[in-house]
Order: sequence, then structure tokens, then C-alpha cells
Amino acid sequence: MSAANSGDKVHAVAAALAGEGYLAGREVATILHLAIALEQPLLLEGEAGVGKTELARAWASATDARLVRLQCHEGIDVHQALYDWDHARQLLSLRASERGASAPELYSREFLVRRPLLEALEHDGPVVLLIDEVDRADDAFEAFLLELLADFQVTIPELGTIAAVGRPLVVLTSNRTRELHDALKRRCLYHWIDYPDPDREREIVLTRLPGVSDEIATRVVAAVGRLREAGLYKVPGVGETVTWARALRALGPQSLQETLGAALKVREDIERVREQGVLEGV
Amino acid sequence: MSEDEESAARSRPGTGAALTERLGALCELLRARGVRVGTGELLAAHRALQVLPDPGDATLARLALRSTLCSSREHLEAFDDAWLQWQHGAEVGLDGATVPPELDEAIRSLLPRTLVPSAASAPDLEESEPVAAAWSDAEILLDRDFASYDERDRAAALALLRRSATRGPQRRTRRVVPSRRGRRIDLRATMRASWRTGGEPFELRRSGHPLEPRPLVLVADMSGSMAPYALMLLAYMQATVTARRRVEAFAFATRLTRITHELRGRDPEAALRRADAALADARGGTRIGEAVGALNREYGRLIGRGSVVILLSDGWDRGDPELLGHELARLRRCARALIWLNPLAADPRWEPLTRGMVAASPHLDQILPGNSLRSLGALADLLERVEQ
Repeated sequence: MSAANSGDKVHAVAAALAGEGYLAGREVATILHLAIALEQPLLLEGEAGVGKTELARAWASATDARLVRLQCHEGIDVHQALYDWDHARQLLSLRASERGASAPELYSREFLVRRPLLEALEHDGPVVLLIDEVDRADDAFEAFLLELLADFQVTIPELGTIAAVGRPLVVLTSNRTRELHDALKRRCLYHWIDYPDPDREREIVLTRLPGVSDEIATRVVAAVGRLREAGLYKVPGVGETVTWARALRALGPQSLQETLGAALKVREDIERVREQGVLEGV
Repeated sequence: MSEDEESAARSRPGTGAALTERLGALCELLRARGVRVGTGELLAAHRALQVLPDPGDATLARLALRSTLCSSREHLEAFDDAWLQWQHGAEVGLDGATVPPELDEAIRSLLPRTLVPSAASAPDLEESEPVAAAWSDAEILLDRDFASYDERDRAAALALLRRSATRGPQRRTRRVVPSRRGRRIDLRATMRASWRTGGEPFELRRSGHPLEPRPLVLVADMSGSMAPYALMLLAYMQATVTARRRVEAFAFATRLTRITHELRGRDPEAALRRADAALADARGGTRIGEAVGALNREYGRLIGRGSVVILLSDGWDRGDPELLGHELARLRRCARALIWLNPLAADPRWEPLTRGMVAASPHLDQILPGNSLRSLGALADLLERVEQ
């Protein structure tokens, strides 16, 4: 593949994402292109609200792929992520068979409850598998994921091995509440998504909120830029910028101070910004 | 033991014989208490002592001997009794002079210090073997202040340190596993069990939430005033990071540095060197408030979610006490518990009166000295009591 050719492809990725209202920087477009070309899972880390989850969503709808999302949480296990058996129905049909109905095959697909990962494996057609906030799951689940991502097949003891129909694009996101295991990281392409620069953030606001004035977008982006430099506990993400702009669209561009709660959610942060006059002159 | 090793042991004159003699005495004591001990047990005990990872560890040695010489629960009491008398007998001087200088480490550590030949009678011993302080030393070490440690003490203390480091807070996971006394009914297992009763679920299987290590965050003050304690506290952090999952380690003087990765690893010395290199430019006057602030802001995500945070500092703060108070309040709100280890607190007359400590005190769950092995043991006790 020539350099120009792959450059084109990166552009194509960025353009497709832009079509869905996701303004990707060059880095993000490149890494996504790589993940597709190499058929490798993509591990995205970054502060909250920089658009990690949104990237998977946008790519799925840009390529008409099915988005299968697995939201990880503490204590998630195979039966919540992959499959479970419908035990209540199994028991009921056993009862029914005692009264003359034919004995059911209990461990058959009839009683299988398909969870997101199985959905993603068995879907016939393009799939984007989003494994969200994988850092919330525990080590054991991480090890299971590792196996799944190795060869895209899983074994259900009662049924046998199920292999993926096609190789889905896998996007994992992490908020870094704990360090992921090296083995999992090694299997993935890694990208740290940073806050967008002011120009792009302004564009994002204008794209996401049609009808918002240029003045509001510029002001909000400048204000958020100040807040990110102010040494706060919880720094506003892009999502907060958009919410803030929406608030200003409703109340008028002068209401920056009054609507601070759209961007900051920690009392000490709000006090600090007011005391130190962080937003003065924006 | 391989044949080579065995012949090597035989070829060392006196070694095996002396050990066997001492062990023989213990066996005699056991037999007098009704425990049947034969040659097989004696040999097993002999071997067990030689494969101990840490010959200076009395608890380990006692365990090794007990597990090889006793074979039923009824014998344990007799063993404890015999063990005491065996030690005592040794102490009042069985015959110190006959103990050969080229003793095995294992037996040397088993004998109280009075029996090890003095430096005068075996001058080369001290120089050639800097390891293996006997466990009776360890007893004394327990209460000694880290600041008074020399190189030898430190080496001897490491094994004991590691033992407290493996202990720590736990919590219930949200994950579900089969458990006899669990609260939930495990339908899957119940279904499986029902096959045996013709599909009738007579036997309810249950599941519950197991325990896992609760996240632990260690933050050490490496400023000048903490220097006498720095090495041992770093070693404690190293042992904890290596022994447990979900541990994060930080150090600060003026600037906060994350040293979790540097400290991780089996070789404590290499780990301490790595950590030291990472800290090289971080030394200077203490600004605890700013360090805790950096912890809150840059690593806030690592700290939340029910972790126990331990600060190791003497509280001599050159920064703004008000800032320290604010940042500790924030830290306390994010964490499950906040514990301060202050070596100065070892002095019973000590009160938290420095400006830094005054600002900090309202936000702390507990202040412990953390200046000796015993107080680190007390810390481990405290951590294990943190609500699950």
C-alpha cells in the first residue's frame, strides 16, 4: 500500500466520521484506519467526555454496521456479557413434559439467552463491538476478554464452540480507574484521546448544535479552555462544552457565570473559579 | 533433595550432625509428651528446614518443624510445649562452644543468639555472612524504631515486613460465585443438581459475593526530615505493591511522583533503585497540601471507588496548612478510609500540634506511628478491620 493511498484512506475515515457529526482529528482517523486494516481491537483511553464511546457509535452508523455495546461494570461475568440459560423456562418446560409433552432439550438454543458478546459474534454483517469502560470489570473478566479477542470464538460448554461470522471491529474504552493488564493492552492498538484544540472544539459545538451562534460557540470554547487550565478536580469534557453552549443558546451569550453548573459539577471547583475570577474577560 | 545436594550436605563436616543432634533433642521432648516421632519425621524436618525460603524466620521454622514432626491435631499442643522447652533449654546453654562455626543457616537461625559463636571465637563469620540474623533478633527488631536500623537490621527486617505487607483491606465484589452460605439462589447450579433427583429441584444451590483486595493507595513523604524512615517505608511500599493486587504507590517532597511501576518486582533492591531514580528530582522541602492536591487532580480516578489511602509523613509541612486541610477533605470524601502514618506519633507525649497536623487531623480516620515493624503490624490489623 503506498503512502498516498493510505493517506487517502485516513481522509476517507475522517470524512465518513464527519458525515455522522464526529469531527475526528488526524490521529484518531489514522488509528481507526489501522484498527480496521490490521483487524486489531482498538483501546481508547482519555479523560471523561472526550468522545471515546462516540467514536464507535459514529463509525458504526457511518458504515451501516450494527453497534453492539457491552457496558462493563463491577462484577460483570460471562453470564451477563456472553450468554445465560433461561432457567425459569427450562424448569417450566420440564414441568410441562411431566404432563405428557415431549421432553425438551434443555441446553439448546431455545433456552439460550444471548448477551451482547454473543450477539456481536453471531451477527451476519458488519459489526462494531463497543466494550465500554472495561476498567470497571475485574481481572477475571479481562482474562476472558483476552481469550475472546484472540480468536473471536467462544465456547459454551453445553453447546460447543461458536466462532464469529465476520471479524467485528472492536473498540474498548477505559477511564483508567485502574491499570489494565499488559496482556490485554498488548493485543490492542492503543490511543489516548486528548481534548480537541479550540478550533476543532468550536466546530464540534457548531456541528452538534445547529442554530447556535458563532459568538456563543467561541465564548464557550474559550471559557472551557480556561477551566481546563485552572487546576480543578473535575475538568469539563467536550460533552460539557456542548451542554454549556446549549444552555447559553437558551439564555443568551451573557449568562456564562450563571450557567457554570453546566460545565462544573464539584462545589469546590465552582467556588474556586468564582473566587479566582478564572472566567473574567471571556 | 537431589543426590548431589545430599552428598554436599554430608561433605560439610559437623553441619548435618549438629542439626540432627539439635533436632533429636526436640524429638526427645516430643516423645516424652506422647508424640510418636521416628527417623522418617526427623529426616523430613531436616529437609524442610533446608528448603525454607527464609531461614531467619522463626515462625516459618516452627511451622516447618511442626508440619513435619506432628501429624495430628492432638499433637499440636504437645509440640508447642516441647518447642518452648527446646528453646529455653538452648538458651540456658546446652553447650555453646560445641556449635561449629560452619553451621547451616537453618540451624544457626534456630538457635538463640547466645549460642552463635561470638565474633572473637569466629572472627570471619561476621564478615563472610551478613545475612541470617536469628529470629530472636527479629523479636527485638519488632519494637525498634526504623531510624535506628543499620544495614543488618534492615536485611533481617525485610522478611517480617513482607509478612505485614501481604495483609490488607478487603471488600465484597459484585461478582457472583457458588457459595454454600450465599444469599442468592444459583439457578444454574440448582438446575444441574436437579438432574440427580429426576429434574426435581430439591436441593437449592446458592451463590454469594467473594472477597477481593480493596484498592490501597500509599503516599510517602520523601523529604529531608523523613530520611531516617525513607528506606524502610519504601521497602514496605515495595513489598505491598508486589504482594497485593490493586495497590498504587506515590512519593513526594515538593512534587508528587507515581512509583507503582518502579516498585513492582521480585527483586526489592532493584525496585528501590528504580524508585529512587524516579524520585531523584523530587526531593526538597515538603509541600504536603500540594502533593495531595496533585493526587486528587491527576490521579483522582485511581483513588476513588472505595480505596484506603495511607499517608506516610511526619507532618512537617512548609506549604499552606489551609490548602492541606482542603485537599485532605477532598481526599477523604473520595476514599473509603484515610490513615496517616507519622513516625513522631511513636512518642506517647506526641500530639498533632504542628500546623500541618492540626489542619489534617479532622480529616483522618486514624493516626499510627508506622515507625517499627510492630506498628506496621498494627496497621495491617487496622486495614483488615476496614469494613468489607
